[in-house]
Amino acid sequence: MPHVWLPFWPKNAAHSASLIDRIDIGEFCLVLLILCFVFGMMLVFCMKYRRGSRAPRHLPNPKSWHWEIGWTGATLVAFLVLFVIGAKAYLYLYKPPANYQLELYVVGKQWMWKIQHPGGQREIDAVHIPVNRVIKVILASQDVIHSFYIPAFRLKHDVVPGQFETFWFEADRTGSYSLECSEFCGVEHAHMIGTVTVMSDSGYARWLEDQGATESLAQQGFALFRSYGCSGCHDPASTVHAPSLDGLFGSVVHLSDGRSMIADERYIRDCILLPATQRVAGYPPVMPSFQGQLSEEDLVRILAYVKSLSAGHSP
Amino acid sequence: MFSGRLQEQYTDSSQQSETAQLGMWVFIATEVMFFGALIFSYMIYRVAYPEQFRLAGHDSFILLGSINQALLITSSLSMVLAVRAAKADQQRALVLLLAVTAALGLAFLGVKGYEYAQDVATHSVPVVDYIFKPGEHRPTESFWSFSSTGTGRHPTHRPAGIALGLTSWCGRRRARSLPTMTRRSR
Amino acid sequence: MSAVDIGMAGAVPRSYLGEEHTLSSWLFTRDHKRIAILFFISITFFFFIGGFAAALIRLQLLNPAGTLFQPEVYNRLFTMHGIVMVWFFLIPSIPATLGNFLLPLQIGARDLAFPRLNLFSWYLFTFSGLWAIYFIFIGGNDTGWTFYEPYSSNFANGHVIAAAVAVFINGFSTIATALNFVVSTHRLRAPGMTWFRLPLFVWAIYATSIVMLLATPVLAMTLALVAIERFWGVGIFNPVLGGDPILFQHMFWFYSHPAVYIMILPAMGVVSELISCFARCPIFGYKGMCYALISIAIIGFFVWGHHMFTAGISLTSAVFFSLMSFIVAVPSAIKVFNWTATLHNSRITFDAPMLYALGFVGLFTIGGLTGLILATLSADIHLQDTYFVIAHFHFIMVGGTVSAYFGGLHYWWPKITGKRYPEMWARYAAILTFVGFNFTFLPQFILGYLGMPRRYYTYAPDLQTWNVLSSAGASILAVAYVLPLIYLTWSIFHGERAGSNPWGATGLEWRTSSPPPKQNFPRTPVVTEMPYRYDPRNGSYTTQDGVHFPEPAFGEASV
Repeated sequence: MPHVWLPFWPKNAAHSASLIDRIDIGEFCLVLLILCFVFGMMLVFCMKYRRGSRAPRHLPNPKSWHWEIGWTGATLVAFLVLFVIGAKAYLYLYKPPANYQLELYVVGKQWMWKIQHPGGQREIDAVHIPVNRVIKVILASQDVIHSFYIPAFRLKHDVVPGQFETFWFEADRTGSYSLECSEFCGVEHAHMIGTVTVMSDSGYARWLEDQGATESLAQQGFALFRSYGCSGCHDPASTVHAPSLDGLFGSVVHLSDGRSMIADERYIRDCILLPATQRVAGYPPVMPSFQGQLSEEDLVRILAYVKSLSAGHSP
Repeated sequence: MFSGRLQEQYTDSSQQSETAQLGMWVFIATEVMFFGALIFSYMIYRVAYPEQFRLAGHDSFILLGSINQALLITSSLSMVLAVRAAKADQQRALVLLLAVTAALGLAFLGVKGYEYAQDVATHSVPVVDYIFKPGEHRPTESFWSFSSTGTGRHPTHRPAGIALGLTSWCGRRRARSLPTMTRRSR
Repeated sequence: MSAVDIGMAGAVPRSYLGEEHTLSSWLFTRDHKRIAILFFISITFFFFIGGFAAALIRLQLLNPAGTLFQPEVYNRLFTMHGIVMVWFFLIPSIPATLGNFLLPLQIGARDLAFPRLNLFSWYLFTFSGLWAIYFIFIGGNDTGWTFYEPYSSNFANGHVIAAAVAVFINGFSTIATALNFVVSTHRLRAPGMTWFRLPLFVWAIYATSIVMLLATPVLAMTLALVAIERFWGVGIFNPVLGGDPILFQHMFWFYSHPAVYIMILPAMGVVSELISCFARCPIFGYKGMCYALISIAIIGFFVWGHHMFTAGISLTSAVFFSLMSFIVAVPSAIKVFNWTATLHNSRITFDAPMLYALGFVGLFTIGGLTGLILATLSADIHLQDTYFVIAHFHFIMVGGTVSAYFGGLHYWWPKITGKRYPEMWARYAAILTFVGFNFTFLPQFILGYLGMPRRYYTYAPDLQTWNVLSSAGASILAVAYVLPLIYLTWSIFHGERAGSNPWGATGLEWRTSSPPPKQNFPRTPVVTEMPYRYDPRNGSYTTQDGVHFPEPAFGEASV
């Protein structure tokens, strides 16, 4: 791999990094080839046709179409090939995974990363993950736009306030790697950095135990579900006619305006914060909005709880 | 159309007037992009929150808005007729039409003022004094923000337009020659 | 050979510089040439302010701990650098100085269509620039030149609204100038000057102006909404109030991507003029070059989403924007191939303008190719918002546009001032620019690949070598930019007097005296020939009416 013989190649700790490196190296080589070609021709012409040289010159031929069509066509084909290769990899890298072994919740706020594991373990500016596992990450921002960037994985995703973002990765090498924020977010943007520690399965399990978490994320969510009064309507025993949350996550929901949606993370979030915009068909429009009352971390806990009611489902 | 003094970069006055017309059309194209951006962002939210915007729109005064629209378009008409009168050197018609335009403009401002007063009374002023009606959320306030941003330009531009119209009239009376530039303003 | 060959033989008419010397004759001028000089003075001032900010940034980044400036100050420095350089230097640089001066001359007109609007444009520009500088010096803002939401409205401390207002007003200066150029090109061309007899510089300015007219108003509205949001706290882009921060990005980049074409298209026009003149050869594929300019201008409106590949836009739209970004690179590639092909069967001399032009082709090609890497969706996931992007756009804007601007300035200096600049110093400056530039920005590609994000006032210690190299290069670049300031100013007072056509070049601007008279041409020219009718067999150019310009002696005065 390049980092062996190039002194300035970044660490490679994930399958995505190898994929992106392959594409990039391919493109760098093509770029160098084109540069050599163009610079080479320029150099040759500058020397051969400098004034005073004895190269033969003739009146210029105004017709140049065959050359132009030739190199335009070649350029277009080359670029389209690059586009397709890049797009395919992007769709693979950015599509949320159907099967994942671990789900992490990341809340970015000025100027720290807060990571929550499903078992309730929390960390700040650090991410401990097991190697060779597909990890799905839900990103949320407490304030401004941040960007969750792990150079060793060659992956980043913006963390946008007002919505949940999802992406995934799979580390394939243990070790410590840097985590950075790559969207300017204020004074200490440059210090919104952390460490990603990739461990073996057993190492990760040990680490989880060592954190001493008493409640899982879903249990914390249930506590909030009760304290904010959600169970007052959504409990099966409630007198209010409200949609049941059992099995909701990942299922298809029919809204009162005729639309159908899959109840994914964004849907759950919008239900809590903007219920008037997605009324479920057949239910009275009485749910209040919790906009401004819940922090992103609380939202994430409640989301984890709702998801736990549909164990086995994934969108 | 314009027969002001021939400027030195033009070969004849028809080139000058055609060039001025082209310039005005190009300027209108930039205005389309300018207000188009505002209308576009309004449409984004309208599509995203159709119910909310419908609820908010209910509160606005359709009758008043329609009257204002009629006043606006009629004042456009009177202004265009004023330009035609200027070209045809009809002094009295020009003066009358400029006065009509100014009067319609003032009427427009009056109706607008009444409308804004009503908004204050029903607590529909975004941010400053906004009370959510049952079933409304933040997006309804957005509706009002857009509508104020869009229509708020009227009270700022209209007086300028009226003033310019009156100035043209005064200049006309003094110089008794055709104006070199006429303006329509909204 | 007489100095003025269109018009009356005999006395040289009074130049536009000599007409009147009072301050008010300058501040109330309607002469496009004087207005160009006014713009030149303003943008030079802003260039050095933006450059000073850049110098401070590179000084800060010498040290990974970044102790030179507090982060609040550093964040304002890069914001100021971006705002001043983009809006108050790069966008007006070639159009408002060279474009203003040369467009009427090259189309054979006496002035632009709306001279008073032209002057008004300068006042808007200078007023908004001074306004921006004032607010920068009393504290500035730290939003970056991109004003991302909701940071700009609800979290940034500083004079955000003032900065937005400055850019807003500057936008109308741009629109006014562009309107003038478009209308003038349509209506004021000399008899016989058909579209396909226009110099490529005019085509480039025309294409740029179309982009300016259609894109800038969107920026104006976007910034107005940001100011309204910040001032009144409404919820247009603020998610807490139901707004969408990504909508801001769409609206901002809808303008700001075409803006980068505003910055590069005029430079391409300049380079075509320079290469054909100093290679004594017609531009290869003239019509292809025209179509390429227009294609870039149009397609450039459909690629803005490539700034948002990692922002969470839909996969479908990401794929669309990537495809369009690759397509827009094709006409640029055509231009590079055509410039290279122009060098074939030519007679090349390496005067300073040619050195700048060749430097442009090299640096722009590198910048453009790295743009392809960024357009590649998966590569962009890694490289977005890192120093790779910074290196990419500086290669194009600085290595490209600024090189072309300096090249054009040197090339047309005799026409504008009537004096020749010292050739050896100019060549040193051109070479120093090329060397300094590469030292400054090549290491930044590496920094980006290693994962150094943008807008960081500190960085990991193992990245220091590359940062130091970059800062060292910046010091060379600074010298290279200050040199022309010195010798060009010197040449105004002590330079050799220039004839009407010292380069033996084609183009109507060279058929009148240097500097031109106020009305440009004593008699309206009539055009019957294609542009760039150089004969590479002997480097000469014979005009349609039989005037013969032999190949100028290298580096010496002629005519």
